[in-house]
Amino acid sequence: MDKRVTFKGLWLPLLLVAPQAVVTAVFFFYPAGQAIWQSLFIPDPFGLSMQFVGLGNFEYLLGNSYYRASFVTTAIFSVSVTLLSMGIALYLAVLADRLIKGSGTYRTLLIWPYAVAPAVAGVLWMFMFNTRIGVVSWYLGQLGYDWNHVLNGGEAMGLVVVASAWGRISYNFLFFLAGLQAIPKSVIEAAAIDGARFWTRFRTIVWPLLSPTTFFLLVVNVVYAFFETFGVIHTITAGGPQQSTTILVYKVYADGFVGQDLGSSAAQSVILLLVVGLLTVIQFKYIERKVHY
Amino acid sequence: MKHFSTSLMALVAATTFANSAAAQTEIQWWHAFTGRLAELLDAQVAEFNASQSDFKVVATNKGNYSEALNAGIAAFRAGEQPHILQVFEVGTATMMAAKGAIKPVHEVMSEAGKPFDPAGFIPTVTGYYTTPEGQMLSFPYNASTPVMYVNRDMLQNAGIDPNTDLSTWEAVGPVLDQLKASGVSCPFTTAWQSWAHLESFSAYHDLPFATKANGFEGFDTELTFNGPVQVQHITMLGEWARDGKFIYNGRRNEAGANFRAGECALFTESSAGYAGVKAEAQFNWDIRPLPHWAAVEGAPWNTIIGGASLWVMAGHEPAEYAGVAAFLEYLSSPEVQAKWHQDTGYLPATPAAAELTASQGFYAANPGTDIAGKQMTAKPPTPNTKGLRLGSFDQIRTIIDEELEGVWAGQKDAQAALDSAVSRGNELLRRFEAANR
Repeated sequence: MDKRVTFKGLWLPLLLVAPQAVVTAVFFFYPAGQAIWQSLFIPDPFGLSMQFVGLGNFEYLLGNSYYRASFVTTAIFSVSVTLLSMGIALYLAVLADRLIKGSGTYRTLLIWPYAVAPAVAGVLWMFMFNTRIGVVSWYLGQLGYDWNHVLNGGEAMGLVVVASAWGRISYNFLFFLAGLQAIPKSVIEAAAIDGARFWTRFRTIVWPLLSPTTFFLLVVNVVYAFFETFGVIHTITAGGPQQSTTILVYKVYADGFVGQDLGSSAAQSVILLLVVGLLTVIQFKYIERKVHY
Repeated sequence: MKHFSTSLMALVAATTFANSAAAQTEIQWWHAFTGRLAELLDAQVAEFNASQSDFKVVATNKGNYSEALNAGIAAFRAGEQPHILQVFEVGTATMMAAKGAIKPVHEVMSEAGKPFDPAGFIPTVTGYYTTPEGQMLSFPYNASTPVMYVNRDMLQNAGIDPNTDLSTWEAVGPVLDQLKASGVSCPFTTAWQSWAHLESFSAYHDLPFATKANGFEGFDTELTFNGPVQVQHITMLGEWARDGKFIYNGRRNEAGANFRAGECALFTESSAGYAGVKAEAQFNWDIRPLPHWAAVEGAPWNTIIGGASLWVMAGHEPAEYAGVAAFLEYLSSPEVQAKWHQDTGYLPATPAAAELTASQGFYAANPGTDIAGKQMTAKPPTPNTKGLRLGSFDQIRTIIDEELEGVWAGQKDAQAALDSAVSRGNELLRRFEAANR
């Protein structure tokens, strides 16, 4: 039943693919190749000299306990951000889906935070929880809780997770709501007539039918947590205290642009590339099997 | 058609004027100052530009110190580097190692035929930026050193004589006890913990921060700040943190806001914090020398400087370097130095500027402003007190900050934290050595 459009000749298909191929080559293959090449050297920051070290940068990194700890930090951070933002978004989407009046207003309000850039969101949360002038930390102080994410690694991690998940809820909400509205009402009504209560309907009908959306969001959110949360972490904790919020991508920046250690930074980019590639393969190979299209 | 010819004439006229303006050689200066300091810097530039017609200095802010350094490095790689780049003191080894990217200041001055005598500068200020042979590599533009600010009203209210001796840590301890007992929530706080309590601390007690004369004699240097005196000091601060006598507010100068708001009684901070305290503090305060341990025989020596220096970048025309030389000569004149010192709290780089400031009656009218200068010149420098020249030092400071935070949070004891900071820092030094072989 496959429908295939075939082009005659070789030039037309090549021409049609060319723009995408050029974009991929210029913005992905070239920089990725450069990163792999540079990861074999220890260059000086000004580009005046380079020492070939083979896999020395990778040896150095993997032998460094703080770099290994950064993997754990990244895992905790990405899982928390993904679960938190998707969980809350799904809950809100289910509620908004059941609304009859005023759903447009709710939707609009819920989408607002998505317009806030990560760095700005970071500054916002940083001010609320600032140990000296923060509104929230002041109220916590009144309740007898001494909030100090500058010294307490757990609090710092909690804060960057919440701040990163916050803006993302809107995005996930949009997709979940669209997914919910695409589920035929007749199926749900039939189940209701058979006596299925809300929770049973959700578990046996809505959740499986929503799985393509959920899977898509899972992939996108993991990538978000890996790469786009840089602004939030940079503005709130700068990776501290004691590297407890230094995720892999932040370490690439800190070692490369603050420490001027471009060899280590390039090697980290290569490792990060492999990790994300691997994660995506795993997701498509194992989780996608459970998805019903 | 008439319109066209008019606009063409205007265009020609504009181009001609632009050409005559371009006869002035432009000198690009990238810096990291904002706010009040940027205003003062711009005033210097304006004065220099108005004083002669051959050169025009154009000052541009490129973000904070780290960002300005990165901008300079990226620009050099692209062949678009400025003539002058302001680099903070921890970037000194990075710049020094980049032999093909910089032009030493002594060379710039001698090629331009400017009389320039390194002996005319305060050795502990310029030492940080000078080769072991005494040749100046970068120009000490804004140098400061840690001192202690005291809220006199808080001492008074706690029943302590505000003039009490605070020159030693032995004397500071009981005062903090009294402050704490009288209900003060923040008896002591600090800015720049690594700089004040490990880097300057080591120099102040003539202890090596790193081998090879703190890195001055080679890149194969190793950190040594985990000695018994440093451990004792950090242990004491850790105990103070546990007992609520030392309140930690952050890695940079976050604590300044707490002191200026009247929350903290004693505050170790850069001498350049003077302008802010003077502008904001609504209480009686004064400046004291950084305390030392009386138990260490011979102490105190001098503290070391922080701040930034001006590096001349390589790859420009001789005529442009002549302009750079003229500008640096202007900056080192006693009048400019003295005004800068009085406005900002940065150290005067020359004894002449300090003498001029004294003769203008500034020290008499603003007691305590001479303390930083005196602290720097009390004794001739030793190999341990000249400064630090360590690669990747920005990152090493971050490591030190992380480990110290572990001590303040009570998760680590001082010995373990400093040992760990030393071994982690040494790894970075080895990488820096490899990169600059």
